[in-house]
Amino acid sequence: MLITVKLFATFRNGRFKVAGQALPPGTDCRTIVLSLGLTEEEIGVVMVNGRHAALDYVLQESDTLSLFPLVGGG
Amino acid sequence: MDKILRVNMSDLSTKIEAVPTAWAGLGGRGLTSTIVAAEVPATCHALGANNKLVFAPGLLSGTAAANSGRLSAGAKSPLTGTIKESNAGGTAAQMLAKLGVKALIIEGLPTEDKWYSLHVSKDGVTVQEETELIGKRNFAVVEAVEARLGKKTGLLTIGPVGELKMTAANISVKDPDSKLRSHGRGGLGAVMGSKKIKFISIDDQGAQGVKVADPEKFKVAARTFAKALLDHPVSGEGLPTYGTNVLVNILNEAGGLPTQNFKVGQFAGADKISGETMNETITARGGKVRHGCHAGCIIQCSQVYNDKDGKYVTSGFEYETIWGLGADCCIDNLDDIALADSIMDDIGIDSIETAVMFGVAMEAGILPWGDSKEMLRILNEEIGNGTPLGRIMGGGAGSLGKAYGVTRIPVVKNQGIPAYDPRSVKGIGITYATSTMGADHTAGYTIATNILNVGGYVNPLNKDGQVELSRNLQIATAAVDSTGMCIFIAFPALDIPECLPALIDMINARFGIDLTGDDVTNLGKHILKVEHQFNIEAGFTNIDDRLPEFFSTETVAPHNAIWDFSGAEIDEFWNF
Repeated sequence: MLITVKLFATFRNGRFKVAGQALPPGTDCRTIVLSLGLTEEEIGVVMVNGRHAALDYVLQESDTLSLFPLVGGG
Repeated sequence: MDKILRVNMSDLSTKIEAVPTAWAGLGGRGLTSTIVAAEVPATCHALGANNKLVFAPGLLSGTAAANSGRLSAGAKSPLTGTIKESNAGGTAAQMLAKLGVKALIIEGLPTEDKWYSLHVSKDGVTVQEETELIGKRNFAVVEAVEARLGKKTGLLTIGPVGELKMTAANISVKDPDSKLRSHGRGGLGAVMGSKKIKFISIDDQGAQGVKVADPEKFKVAARTFAKALLDHPVSGEGLPTYGTNVLVNILNEAGGLPTQNFKVGQFAGADKISGETMNETITARGGKVRHGCHAGCIIQCSQVYNDKDGKYVTSGFEYETIWGLGADCCIDNLDDIALADSIMDDIGIDSIETAVMFGVAMEAGILPWGDSKEMLRILNEEIGNGTPLGRIMGGGAGSLGKAYGVTRIPVVKNQGIPAYDPRSVKGIGITYATSTMGADHTAGYTIATNILNVGGYVNPLNKDGQVELSRNLQIATAAVDSTGMCIFIAFPALDIPECLPALIDMINARFGIDLTGDDVTNLGKHILKVEHQFNIEAGFTNIDDRLPEFFSTETVAPHNAIWDFSGAEIDEFWNF
């Protein structure tokens, strides 16, 4: 299946902003996080298609996964 | 001894008063709101003789506590007709605290058609006639006052927008680099203008300083507190690196970034105006990514933004300003938004109200969507010079929308709704609806928990738990706003267990008292109730605690979210 991965803030350093990835069915968010060399502790917010998701969420065809470190403002 | 300084502009007299016992334990918002509620008739005209403008440093301002240099300003708001508290950084709070000034109260209206300035020093406060700087913009005022009184002089000033009593006028506060921070919301600059005070200068030479009752205990608590601020990823890394503008991308992803006057929740040009892009641009142009609005700020969310030639344009360049002039107006040119930010500082107008107003102006057809050059011209020539159109625009989003027959006007209690769509981030909608200040994101910043996973998580697209979340945050914020602390200490306070007790320990050590966590919560509740009661006496009812109709009739993409709270559900907020 094809999905889109978007990275934000410090996660972009040495990586990318947006990338398409071809993955076997059944891949969850955690697998992608680890494949990017990120740790679970570094993850602030995980969104799939603009909705908050857990790391064990299993991705579906053409999902967009967005990963953020813990950030804030206001 | 701490004191109250009182200025009566009707007879130009000044007084130094003892601090009443009931006010001794109050500071910041707790004190300004208490004084306004006690001394200002709720039904008075906000620009008339019976309104009072009150300034107060926080309980910890002037001490070595990190991030404690915020100044509170209070009055009845000419924009909303409610009570108003607006707080800002800059150098004034710490100077006033060191001078032992618990509060500065300005009342009455001058009888003669003359302008004045006030000067605060160790000897009290004096009133002088001012002629030279009338009509001048803020940066010129800073330069002239520094030339007259010295570089270290503290300064509160209004620009032409405040002089002309436009209801989006702000009060600017000089920061450590002689740039400006703002008491932005609610039109307090118009109240200062109504009293014909162009500026207030502060000289803290020979100040008594702030006495700490238990210095050893204070030192230990201050260290724990500062460590919590530096250890939390938001206050220790995210804010210093990207500023508040890091929010553009995350709100855009969540579908909560109001775009084209709240038509949709995502903006195609988001990345061009995002915190990540801003960080790269600042670095490439030799600006500063980190910058504090007051001495002792260790979060440093501000920045110095330069133009292509490396020349200074602006600082204190905030997410809400960039969202409003950017996504909400469909402008993706960050350089033009930075120029607009600088003009707004200079003419003295609230950058949130004005940004929301421009979205409404584009909907009204006054200028095309995305036309940043015309926006800059309007700021400079129409609003800055006080033309008839400029004055309608300077009255904020509600004023302009009404004049042009616009039905989609994003305001609550006539104050522009900032930066977060209440349909797709429902907790903040409860804050907008119920805040005693009108639509104000800082009053109960549910974005932390709805979007950012700070202080837990409450699903932003669902009604469950939002009223309780907003209530708890509004209570906590009212208390924090009384300490002189920057609101961003809330991020570590929500997640790091030692942070809040350390803050309370600092207050206890400063005054030699023994407050508990419950006392602080009760203080927050008390402040909200005092403010709410003022609004009730001013004629506001639960029907005013509602969002504009279009949020309940138009869904917002991409989640097709709608505002679906009943009136009774919103009114539960006040059940405490």
